[in-house]
Amino acid sequence: MHIASPRLYLMVFAALMVMTIITILAALVDLGRLNLTVALAIAVTKATLVVLFFMHVKYSPRMIQVAAGAGFVWLGIMVVLTLSDYFTRNILALGK
Amino acid sequence: VSDVAHADAHAEHHPRLQHHFYSLEQQNYAATLGMWAFLLTEVLFFGGLFLAYTLYRWQYTPGFVEGSHHLDRWLGGFNTVVLIGSSLTMAMAVYAAQTNQRRKQVLFLALTILLGLVFLGVKVIEYGDKFEHHLVPGPNFQFPGPNAHAAEIFYSLYFAMTGLHALHMIIGVGLMSVILVMAWRGAFSETWYTPVEISGLYWHFVDIVWIFLFPLLYLIT
Repeated sequence: MHIASPRLYLMVFAALMVMTIITILAALVDLGRLNLTVALAIAVTKATLVVLFFMHVKYSPRMIQVAAGAGFVWLGIMVVLTLSDYFTRNILALGK
Repeated sequence: VSDVAHADAHAEHHPRLQHHFYSLEQQNYAATLGMWAFLLTEVLFFGGLFLAYTLYRWQYTPGFVEGSHHLDRWLGGFNTVVLIGSSLTMAMAVYAAQTNQRRKQVLFLALTILLGLVFLGVKVIEYGDKFEHHLVPGPNFQFPGPNAHAAEIFYSLYFAMTGLHALHMIIGVGLMSVILVMAWRGAFSETWYTPVEISGLYWHFVDIVWIFLFPLLYLIT
């Protein structure tokens, strides 16, 4: 059994707070299409920190790590296949 | 197995060890894996809504931008800080259980519940404001300009996604209340704290959902 220290938890919390502030500040600046990219990149980084440290996946048995990863692979399949349908409908319509 | 033999079998091991497991460690491993299996169904459950959001935002971008501007980003940001804070206190509650500190378990679990309630309280204020300003989809929805229908779709998704998230928060507060009572009675120790750990996994998952909801709903530019 691995016990993560309160100091590590506080560092993760501080990193999450800093990234929350950056998210809000970045939204105040007009970066065009980059705004969404920046917001999502920060959100993914924050989620990764929560999963690895608060949810202990970094220190969990390999089976738990694979299970946690599998969820996001399946989510990826759902998103990619659905979007590849919707985003290509207009391309096909051009041929008509 | 006779009652006597059953009682004898219990006497030889930790009272929380169930007989179909070799050890408490294996039992904890199985429970954690089971919780993750549940959380994966939750990822896909919320994932479907995020996917619907993506498609509609792509289709109706101007309406989504206008709709988003009627949400209070400072209240949303405040709630993000509150929820991440509650994840910290949750992690500390698990740590307190792992290190046999009963009073700290109770303290951190109470703080987690309190922060969860603050989050829900802010949500009540926000929802009330939306009702007042006719931003709730339905016959009373009012929105100026040509993008009113798109804004109504935005608010449909806003209420579906934050409503489902808030329902998870309410369940989480209920769950933590049970864990708090158990911790108060001294149920957890370094040898057995599985319920604190796996309900913590649920709490952190709900936090992660909000980490995505906040920029996608409140900060559209």
